[in-house]
Parts: sequence; structure tokens; C-alpha cells
Amino acid sequence: MRLLTHNMLSSNIKGVINGFPLRIEAERVVEKQVDFNPDFLKNMFSKIDWKALADASKIMGYPELPDELPDSSLLDSDEFLHKFHHALLELHLEEGALVCPETGRRFPVNKGIPNMLLHEDEV
Amino acid sequence: MLASNLSSYMVILAVLSLFSYFTIFPPKMASRIAQIRLVSSHPQVYEPCDDSFALVDALLADRKKLLDHRPAICMEVGSGSGYVITSLALILQEMKTSYYFATDINPHAVRVTHETLEAHGVHAELLTTNIAAGLEKRLAGLVDVMVVNPPYVPTPEEEVGGDGIAAAWAGGENGRSVIDKILPIADNLLSEKGWLYMLFLAANDPLQICLQMRDKGYAAKIVVQRATEEESLHVIKFWRDSDIRMEGNEAVATAKNGSPRGWEFLLSQLSRLSFRR
Ligand SMILES: C[S@@+](CC[C@H](N)C(=O)[O-])C[C@H]1O[C@@H](n2cnc3c(N)ncnc32)[C@H](O)[C@@H]1O
Repeated sequence: MRLLTHNMLSSNIKGVINGFPLRIEAERVVEKQVDFNPDFLKNMFSKIDWKALADASKIMGYPELPDELPDSSLLDSDEFLHKFHHALLELHLEEGALVCPETGRRFPVNKGIPNMLLHEDEV
Repeated sequence: MLASNLSSYMVILAVLSLFSYFTIFPPKMASRIAQIRLVSSHPQVYEPCDDSFALVDALLADRKKLLDHRPAICMEVGSGSGYVITSLALILQEMKTSYYFATDINPHAVRVTHETLEAHGVHAELLTTNIAAGLEKRLAGLVDVMVVNPPYVPTPEEEVGGDGIAAAWAGGENGRSVIDKILPIADNLLSEKGWLYMLFLAANDPLQICLQMRDKGYAAKIVVQRATEEESLHVIKFWRDSDIRMEGNEAVATAKNGSPRGWEFLLSQLSRLSFRR
């Protein structure tokens, strides 16, 4: 699972009001190289929850992103875009879990695949 | 002497004309789709079948349009073996600018999808989930292309869902149970320019589905239509159409483009196919 996906995922257990961002428990993180695509990054910048990305990136062992939402003028910086690219697309959570911030319910991640299926009493 | 000169002249001429032929008509590059021998499998996972092939044929038929569309985010709901999402990723591969999500309610299917993608050297972000649960808040309005081959077979309602192979086809009454849950979710996830390719059986009443989607502002088109021995399959493409205005609760298609291939054409085509009730 890439952090792009983590940034798009929330806990939707019945009764949960703010299930975002899911807390990451990282057991195994892998890096996979992905083609650099500045247009996509510039486009996604406004849709990404920055704090969630920066925090997740830190937990995954890459503390290179600014904590606060950077000014969009940084999108002209190649160095910044490469960091953003690496955090968003190249860090994969292979084994671990995503934890609902409100209820503590763990969604397991195995072989890079989060299991978001809810139990009957959670829907 | 003269003869050999003439023949070498002919050869040069032939080579030249061949050359200019290929410049004018470049040999058509076969688009790559998933190869059956590389598609992984599992006893509990739906294998690629006529419906899967029809859906991929629809994507191939629209290949050029898809490339022009330049989708940033594509998504498949119910990816099963991974045959369809892998094919979509291969069709769009030359652009290197699209990202893929795929979900399935069956955990075995998600693993098999992963293996199939890997065997073809492409990537999609995978989730084991019910339709798109977990993504609906944050991915809303971001999906440029969505593909779905849903469980569409009319069955008793009890057979719908579950985490085994039955969930691959069991569609409840008129095969509409899961379809009717997916459509509003697709509407929420699709971007302004988003396209939805979805497979239906005649028994699902695609005409009624198109009318229902029209009320949400979508135009529709049959991309592939295929009758096999057992079933009559349609792949229908939906997109938001600014020509469809809402008047009160009614959708009205303004006749701006006035093409005969507009709504009336689609409806007449579909009404011949819909024999429910
Ligand atoms: C007809 S099969 C299509 C499989 C594959 N896309 C293909 O074309 O060969 C339908 C798939 O949808 C999955 N499915 C059924 N209900 C679902 C749901 N509520 N959410 C996600 N996937 C579902 C099934 O597990 C199955 O893999």
C-alpha cells in the first residue's frame, strides 16, 4: 500500500465521525521505484491531506517532508517534488496495520493489501 | 546488363514504396492486454470469462479515446482474477501517467489480482473491501475511469455477498442487488470528466439503469454488445453530460448536438433488449 492510498482511506465503522487519518503500524516497509510524474503531483497537491502524508511518511522512515502544508510555490522546486513523489508513491506498507483513530479498530495489511472489510456489527 | 540494371532499379523502387507505405500506414501496434497464461487463479476466484472479455474488448475499442482522456486515477470494483485492471493498465501503459486502484470483497481475489498484475509488470493499489468502502470520503470526485464487471446473475437474495465464489455472480433479484449499490458509489467517486464502463445482462434491465443514470446527469452509450449461448451482454459507458439539464425532478436532454446517436437511439436500442416485465 502506497501512502497515496493511505491518504485516501478512512475508517467507516458505524458511528465513527472522523475516521481519518488511519494510524499506521508499520512492520515492514518496502521502497519501489516509480516513474516521476510532476503533473500528477501538482494535480494531487491540493487533494492530499498534507499533515497525514507528512506524519505517515515519518512513521514509514522518511522524515523529509515539511510538517506544515507547504506553500504551493514549492511545486516549482524539483527537489521538493522528488520528496513528495517518494513519500506519496514509492514507500509501500507491506506488513502492518491501519488503526481507526476513533475506535482503535485495527485493519490488517498483509502483502501490501489492507483489509477494510467490516464485521456485521460494525456496518 | 540492361536487364540487371532494371531489376536492381525495381528492387530499389519496391523498397522505397514499402518504406513510404509504412510511413503513411505504420504497422498497427497490437495493444497489449493481459495474457491468459499469466492470469493467476484460485478455486474461490472467478476466472476470466465471456463477460470479462467483453469488458476488455470495450476498453480496447475505446483505446484511443482513453489515451486522449489521460486519466490520472483509474479504478476497478470487483477485480476477481485481475484480468480487467491488468489489461487497462497495459492499454494505458505508454502514457505512464495513470494510477490504479482495485477492490474486491473476496480476499482470495485480491491476492490473485496482485499476482496477475505482478506477472505483467504493472501495479495497482489493492483493497479488500465492500465496493469502495473506506475510499468514499477522500477519493470522491477523483476517479477518471471506473470499470466494473459486477455480480449480475439473477439469484435468490440470500446468495448475494459472502466471501466465496458465489459472490462473483450472485446478483439477487434481476441481478440488480450489487449493481444498484455500486451505481451511486460510482457517481460519488467519478471526477467531473469521469467515465464508467459497466457490464450488464439484458435481464438487469439496462434501459432502466440508463434512465436512472440520466436522472443523475449521465449520458450513456453501448460500447460492446454480445450474445453468447447463455447470456446477452452489454458494456455501457456513462459520462457526465452537460447537455442533460435537470428540470424539476426530470432530466431533459437538450438537443444541442442533435445527433441520431443520442438518447433516442440508445433508448430504442435498449428497449428492444429489455424484456423484463
Ligand atoms: C463477475 S466477477 C468479475 C471478476 C473480474 N473483474 C472479471 O471481469 O473477470 C465479479 C467480482 O466482483 C466481486 N464482488 C462481488 N460483490 C462485491 C462487492 N460488494 N464489493 C467488491 N467486490 C465484489 C466478486 O468477488 C468477483 O470477483
